[in-house]
Amino acid sequence: MSYLKYGYVFLCVIFLVGLPLTSWSQDAVPEGEPTLELAEGESENVSTEEAYEVEDQSPEELDHEAQQILDLKQAVAAAANAGHNGWMLVCCALVLFMTAPGLALFYGGLVRKKNVVSVLMQCLFLMGLMSVVWAVCGYSFAFGGNGSSHPFIGSTEYLFLEGVSMTDGVLATKDSIAELTFALFQGMFFIITPALICGAFAERMKFSTMAVFSVIWGIVVYCPICHWVWDGGIIGHGEGAWAGGALDFAGGTVVHISSGVSALVACVLIGKRMGFGSEPMPPHNLTYTVLGAAMLWVGWFGFNAGSQLAVDDVTVTAFAVTHLSAAAGVIGWTLFEWAVHKKPTALGAASGAVAGLVCITPAAGFVQPMHAILMGFIAGALCFFAVTTMKSKLGYDDSLDAFGVHGIGGTIGAVLTGVFATSQVNTGYGDALGIIDGNYKLIVGQVVAVLVTVVYAGVVSFIILKVLDKTMGLRVDDDAETRGLDLSEHGEEGYIWL
Amino acid sequence: MKKVEAIIRTHKLDDVKSALVEAGIEGMTVVEVRGFGRQKGHTEMYRGTEYAVDFVPKAKLEIILADGKLQEAIDAVLQAAQTGNVGDGKIFVSDITESIRIRTGEMGDEAI
Repeated sequence: MSYLKYGYVFLCVIFLVGLPLTSWSQDAVPEGEPTLELAEGESENVSTEEAYEVEDQSPEELDHEAQQILDLKQAVAAAANAGHNGWMLVCCALVLFMTAPGLALFYGGLVRKKNVVSVLMQCLFLMGLMSVVWAVCGYSFAFGGNGSSHPFIGSTEYLFLEGVSMTDGVLATKDSIAELTFALFQGMFFIITPALICGAFAERMKFSTMAVFSVIWGIVVYCPICHWVWDGGIIGHGEGAWAGGALDFAGGTVVHISSGVSALVACVLIGKRMGFGSEPMPPHNLTYTVLGAAMLWVGWFGFNAGSQLAVDDVTVTAFAVTHLSAAAGVIGWTLFEWAVHKKPTALGAASGAVAGLVCITPAAGFVQPMHAILMGFIAGALCFFAVTTMKSKLGYDDSLDAFGVHGIGGTIGAVLTGVFATSQVNTGYGDALGIIDGNYKLIVGQVVAVLVTVVYAGVVSFIILKVLDKTMGLRVDDDAETRGLDLSEHGEEGYIWL
Repeated sequence: MKKVEAIIRTHKLDDVKSALVEAGIEGMTVVEVRGFGRQKGHTEMYRGTEYAVDFVPKAKLEIILADGKLQEAIDAVLQAAQTGNVGDGKIFVSDITESIRIRTGEMGDEAI
C-alpha cells in the first residue's frame, strides 16, 4: 500500500516538474544564435506598452532587464537541452532493446531447438563485447577527427572515451545533446550491426570465432563506414564527398547494407548447414519470432527517430514514417506470400515488418508519410521474393535471411531515399534533395554510397573470414553441429525437461 | 486386469475423459504423442520452404482397469472420440499382470 502511495506522489512530482519543462521547450529559441544578440533582438519585439515602460527606465534598470532576459534565455536553453538529452537516453535504451530481446527472440525462434541458446548467447554476448570495444576505441575510430582531416577513418582522440564530455554538446547548436549521450547512442548501433550478421551463419559458427570476427569487423568495417557517412567522410552528404555523397538518416548503408553484405559473404564462406535441403529445418518457435519482430518494431522508433539527435519536427516525421513503412512492409510481404503460396503467414508478416523498417532507415527524416508507405510496401514485396525465390535459385544457406532482409531491404531504402527525400521534410541539406524535388544528383550519390559499402564490406569481410578460417576455423565439427551448438558450444539446453 | 491404450484426437481429450469418469473409471494417464496411421500428415511452409509433417499430434490415454469394467470403458471411448473421419485413432487392449499402490503396498484390483 505504501509503495502505491510513493508511486502516486512520484507521478504528481513528475507531472508538476514536467509541465513547465514542456512549455519551455516548446518556446525554445531558434538554434545557433548567440544569446546576447537574441536578448537584444527580443527587446525590439516587445509590445508597445512594454516599450514605453522601457523608455521610462534608467540605464541601470535597462541593463538589469537585459541581464534578466539573458538569464531566462539560458534557462530555456537548459530546459530544452534536458528534453533532448532525456529523449536520447530513452532512444539509447530502445536501440539496445532491439538487439536483445528483439533480435535475440526474432532469430532465436527461427533456429532449431538445439541451437536456440547459441543464438540468444550471440546477441547477449555481443551486447557486452561490442559495448566495451566501442568505449575503448570504436567511438574514436568512427567519430574522431573530422571528414576533411580524416577522410577514411576517425582519429585516436577519443580512445577510452577520453575527452567525451557529459555536459558539452556534440553539435554546434546551443541546446545539443551531450557528447556522452551521442557516444552511447551510436554504441547501440555498433552492437546490433554485427548481431544482425549472426543470422547468416547461425547453427554452425564457432562461438569463439564469432566473437573475434565481430570485434575485428566492428573496428575494420563498421567504424570506417560509419565515419564515411556520419562524420563527414567520403560518402557522407556534402561537397567533398564522392558523387556528392549520400543521405543516410539512421543507418541504411552503415548498418543494414554493411551487415547484409557481410552476412552473405559469411554464409557462402562457412558453407551450408549439414542436411540443408534434405533435412527439415523449420523454425522451432514462431511465438518468439513474432514477439521479437514486434519488439524490433518498437525499438526502431529509437533507432530512427533518435537519429535526429534532438526532439523537433524532423523527429516527429522520422517517427511517423518509421511506423508507416513497417506497417506497409507487413502488408506487402503478406499479400505477395498469400498470392504465391496461398496462405498468409505470421512469419511473413513479421519479416515484412522488419523489411519495411530496414528500408525506411536511411530515409526516415527525409520523406513524406505516403512515400514511406510506398517504400515499405516495395521492400516487403521485394524482400519476400529475395528470401524465397532468389535464395533458393542461388542456393546459398543464409540461415535466417540476414542478407535477404537487411542487404536487400537496405539497398532498396538507400536508393529510394534518392528518389523520395525532400526539403519539405528536412531543410538541413539544401533546397532540392531527391528526384521528387527535381534533383537527380542525390540518387547518384546514393548509388555510389551503396556500391562503396557493398564492395568495402564484402571484400574486407571476405579477408577477415578467410584469415580466421585458416587460424581459428569458422565452423564447429560435424558431431558438434549434429548435437546442436547449445550443448557442444555452451553446455546448456534451451528447454530442460523436469 | 487390463490396460486400455487409446490414441485419440487431441481436441477430443476432454470429452473422452468425461465419458470415462461417468463410466466409473477413477484414474488415467495422458501423454502427448505424434504418429501416423491412415491419416496422412500435412505440409507447412516457412519463408517459402515447404516441410512435410508426417507425424500428426495425438493424445494417448492409458487406463488400467479391472476385467469387468473393460467393455464399459471401451464403449465410453468409442462414443466420445468418434467423428467418423480418418484419424479418429485406435484403442489397444492388453493384459496386466500386477499393479501395486505405492503408498500402501496394496496389490491387484485393490490398487487400481
